[in-house]
Amino acid sequence: MSDGARARILERLAAARPKSPAISDFAVVARKQWAAEARYPRLRFLMEAVHSEFLEATEAGWPLAIREFLAEEGLSTLLYGPGTAAAGRLEAAWAAGTRPSLVAYDRPIESEDLKRRLFEDIDAGFTTTRGGIADTGGLILWPTPDEPRLLSLVPPVHIALLDSRSIHNTFWEAMRVEGWASGMPPNALLISGPSKTADIEQTLAYGVHGPKRLLVVAILPES
Amino acid sequence: MPVEPGSHRFRDAASSALKDPGLRANFRRAMDGLISKRAAQFADPVEWRDLKRLGSAIRARSLARLPELLERLEGRCLGNGIQVRWAETTEDANRIVLEILRSHGATRVVKGKSMVSEEMHLNEFLEEHGVESLESDLGEYIIQLDGETPSHIIMPAIHKNRQQIARLLGEKIRGARYTEDIDELTGIARRVLRKKFFEADAGISGVNFAVAETGTLCLVENEGNGRMSTHVPPVHIALMGLEKVVENLEDVPPLYSLLTRSATGQSITTYFNMITRPRTEAEKDGPLAVYLVILDNGRSRIFEDPELAATLRCIRCGACMNHCPVYTRVGGHAYESTYPGPIGKILAPQTDGVGARHDLVEASSLCGACGEVCPVGIPIPELIVRLRQEAAQPEPGSTVRGAGTGGSRGESLAWRLWAKSHRHPVLYRLLGLTATRLRRFIPGRLPVLAAWTSARSTPRPAARTLHELAKSAGVADE
Repeated sequence: MSDGARARILERLAAARPKSPAISDFAVVARKQWAAEARYPRLRFLMEAVHSEFLEATEAGWPLAIREFLAEEGLSTLLYGPGTAAAGRLEAAWAAGTRPSLVAYDRPIESEDLKRRLFEDIDAGFTTTRGGIADTGGLILWPTPDEPRLLSLVPPVHIALLDSRSIHNTFWEAMRVEGWASGMPPNALLISGPSKTADIEQTLAYGVHGPKRLLVVAILPES
Repeated sequence: MPVEPGSHRFRDAASSALKDPGLRANFRRAMDGLISKRAAQFADPVEWRDLKRLGSAIRARSLARLPELLERLEGRCLGNGIQVRWAETTEDANRIVLEILRSHGATRVVKGKSMVSEEMHLNEFLEEHGVESLESDLGEYIIQLDGETPSHIIMPAIHKNRQQIARLLGEKIRGARYTEDIDELTGIARRVLRKKFFEADAGISGVNFAVAETGTLCLVENEGNGRMSTHVPPVHIALMGLEKVVENLEDVPPLYSLLTRSATGQSITTYFNMITRPRTEAEKDGPLAVYLVILDNGRSRIFEDPELAATLRCIRCGACMNHCPVYTRVGGHAYESTYPGPIGKILAPQTDGVGARHDLVEASSLCGACGEVCPVGIPIPELIVRLRQEAAQPEPGSTVRGAGTGGSRGESLAWRLWAKSHRHPVLYRLLGLTATRLRRFIPGRLPVLAAWTSARSTPRPAARTLHELAKSAGVADE
């Protein structure tokens, strides 16, 4: 059925004579530029406007800052993906003491009762980010085998590590500069805040399906 | 040509809607809010002009190369491990989805928002075949609970206010107490749906943009239910209309920007989800199988007409309905069409026939707001006029479905007389004289004017014709 349908659909489309299009002029996107030092403040401003929270830290201090945040907020479990450099830093920060508990997402979701724990027991998920977007605010995430997709989705709190020097002007610039088209990952994401909806009377409500809170841990240059 | 049965569907439904002050208030409030939020996003007229021009060019280019891009998309998807199915009709698409679900033994499905699935009436079909299909977008979930269809393509439950939703959730969800607090209502849905995401055997989603260059399926959302539906269950089925393909990855950011700003006045949504592969061997989560179902459902027929093909540029932002004076007053259900508002007025008559949905092409004041706000430059008012013409008198070689089946005898006679009088000067002057000299004798309740004069004063011609006035003013008759 599908093969016949495919041939018939393509045949009908090929028979048509669509109008030739105008040239796509990307200048309107390309001209959106900010000075390097202005990008992080802009991203923070825009993301805070949609209820993202920020914790600023140094390169040396961020793992401990996360640990303190969890303790202060009464969050008792942090799920993370072992294998990345950032994961190593987290593990080192947890060497002295086990609370709050650091849980490794180190096996397939179907294993034992990992899925149930992910949905019911885990308070927060930690991921790195690939960068940010100054134009609109937003984080770029490329989940990997080390940092699975659901880390940034299922736990009620998502903690995302952002290097404040890795912020692009626009989404368009990010994908061009980094050559995304020649190697898209299985899943890539932009995330600008905690999950939200305005489906009831257009009134914003946060935390509808995904994380109720998004904490951006921003690494600022030491100066 | 006789008017086909059903041609008064909109008029009747609109009359009932207009008598419902609650409904009108819900829409008025929502549309006013959306209009001002969008306006704030496009405060810079130069940026708006250039971005609209770019969006229009990208969509026009995608359509100009449509068959080639669809084949390229298919090739890339297959290379990435995404299986591709083609469906000519919604019946075929439903069958394909059911076969996929059965092949995986799936009986519990969670759905992200998808207007193509509304075209297919997928939920009803799956329920009939023993598959639980649950909407997970909050608005869609609410209307599914109430057995309704969406009244807006972006905010499906916009016709309901919080009291109505509170009553509905209180009645239909076990253990839920009546509350009008929106955070609490959202919390009730979250509790129910997270359990469903956890249990689901498969997830179904729509597609906002499909990138031919990389085989990437892009999904735009705020709630996270789209990500839940596409990443938690072991099987993901993505449904797309065949026009959703774009050529290159770099075409996506301008369209995404136009979409979110036009739709809800947001510069970016909470999530932009780009899916290129099922779970790879090393990955620990994500669907093990991903399918893409490409649906035609009349689109290739629309594509045959170079002018009407612009209908397929649509990125489903809903700005045309938010700005439509007709939609705002009657709401989405009056259209009795999957896509309401101006885009529905040009889409439904082309898929269902201009005669059968002649009521929709007539349901416009041609104010032009829809064409102005359309971020991809669809000339909606011009296309409405074109479809009115096709309904009455088809252009030679017309490929429009039902062309020539929508005009009425009275209308056709009136235009014939009009044409004749403009070709014969004596007749023209005679009609002019009759209208001016006998103007006091025009009754207020002529059958052809009854609908017009029920709420307006009777049009009364001037005492003298323009010709006479010009002549007496000394204008030379050339």
